Amino acid sequence: MNALGLASQVGISNTGIKGEIKSEAVLLSAERLAVVRGGRVLLSGVDLSLCAGGAVVLAGVNGVGKSSLLRVLAGLIPVFAGELTVNAALALSDENPALDVDLPLARALHFWAAMDGPDPAGRVATALADLNISHLAEVPVRILSTGQRRRAGLARVLASGAPIWLLDEPGNGLDRESLRALGHVIAAHRAAGGAVIIATHFDLPVEDASVMLLKPAQEAAA
Amino acid sequence: MSGRMVRFIIAREVRLAWSGGGLWLPILFFLAVAVLFPFAVGPDPKLLVRTGGGIIWIAALLASLLPIDRLLAEDRAMGVIDQFSVRGLAEEYFAAAKIAGHWLGFAPPLLLATVVASALMGLPQDRLFVLLLGLIIATPALAALAVLAASLTMGIKGGAALSGLIVLPLAIPVLIFGAGAIGDNAGGALKFLAALSLLLTALCPFAAGAAIRAGRE
Repeated sequence: MNALGLASQVGISNTGIKGEIKSEAVLLSAERLAVVRGGRVLLSGVDLSLCAGGAVVLAGVNGVGKSSLLRVLAGLIPVFAGELTVNAALALSDENPALDVDLPLARALHFWAAMDGPDPAGRVATALADLNISHLAEVPVRILSTGQRRRAGLARVLASGAPIWLLDEPGNGLDRESLRALGHVIAAHRAAGGAVIIATHFDLPVEDASVMLLKPAQEAAA
Repeated sequence: MSGRMVRFIIAREVRLAWSGGGLWLPILFFLAVAVLFPFAVGPDPKLLVRTGGGIIWIAALLASLLPIDRLLAEDRAMGVIDQFSVRGLAEEYFAAAKIAGHWLGFAPPLLLATVVASALMGLPQDRLFVLLLGLIIATPALAALAVLAASLTMGIKGGAALSGLIVLPLAIPVLIFGAGAIGDNAGGALKFLAALSLLLTALCPFAAGAAIRAGRE
C-alpha cells in the first residue's frame, strides 16, 4: 500500500497542475446557489467554498440534486440564482466515461489529454498506473466492465491536469482495491494543490473533507 | 483554445466517419437509388437524361438523412458533448465543428458516387459538371441541416424518422435550385443555391448550439 501511495503521489506531481496555485487560494466558490432542473427547484441557498487542497463531500438522499449541483458547478446547467465563481480549470467525472468505445483505452484517453496540455501520452500512462489499469491500455473501451469504465472516466480526469475535480459517485462499481487507489489519487491531487468536490452516498477514503448534507429546497425553506 | 478543440472535433468526426463504417451506408443507398431508377422508368436514354439529374438530387438529399442518428445521439449519451462544454467550448462552436467534420466525411464520397450514378444514367458530361458543382455548393447546407436535426432529436427515442421530417421541408429550396441548375439557367440557380447554402451553414450552428443546451435541462 505504501508503495502504491508513493507511486501515485510522484505520478500526480509529474502530471503538472495548470497555473500557479497558492495555498489557501479559493478555486471555486458558490453563494446562495439555486439548482433548477426540469422546472423544479431542487436546491436553494447552497453556499460552498473550495480552497486549494480542499475536499467537499456532497451527501444527501437519492434525487436530492447532488449530480445536478455538480453539473451547475461544471457549467453544464445555467445558474438559476446566486453567484458562482470558478477560478481554475475543471474536470468532471460522472456516469459517462466520454470515451470513444471503439478505441483502445489509452488512445481514447489520449484524445482528451492532448487537448488539455503537453505530453498527453505521459499523463495518460501516469493516470492509468495510478488507478491500477495500465493492463487495460490496449483494450477497447467497448468491452470494459462497469467498474473498469468508471476508473477509465477517473483516469480522464486525472490526465486532464485540471486543479478542480468534480466527481459524481466515483466509488460506484469499484472494488475495495480500486477504492483505496481512488483515495490515494485524491490525496495526492490535494497534496499537489488541487481540490475535489465529490458527490457520494457512501463513505469514501477521503481525509478531513468537509461534508455538506444537501436537503431538498422545500425542506430547507421550512 | 476553442480553435484547437474545434480541430480535434473535426478530426474525430472524419475518423469516425471513415473508420466506423457509417460512411458506406448512405453512399450505397445513394447508388442503389441510381441503379433502381432505370428499372422503374424504363431504359429510354432520352428520358433518363432528362430526369436523371433530378433523381440524383433526391437520392443525395435522402442519403444525407441516413447519418443523422449517429451524429450526436451517441456523443450526448456518452457525455462527450458535456466534456467539451466543461472545457469551456461554446455549444455553437461544437455544432460548427461537427458540421465541418460531417461535411468532410460525407461530401467527398458522395461526389465520387455521383460520377458513378450519372454514368449509370448516361448523363452527358456538361450535366455531370453542373451536378457536381451544385452538390459541392449544397453539401455544406445538407451537413448543417443534418447536425441541426440531430441536435433537435438526440434525446428522443425513434428520433431518426422525426429528423427526416425536420430536414426535408428545410431542404426544399436546396432541391429546387440544385436540380434547377441542371436546366437552362444554370448560373442563376447556382448563385441562389450558394446564397442558400451560406445562409443555412451560417445559421445552423446557432440553432443546433441552443438545442444542445436546451437538451441538457
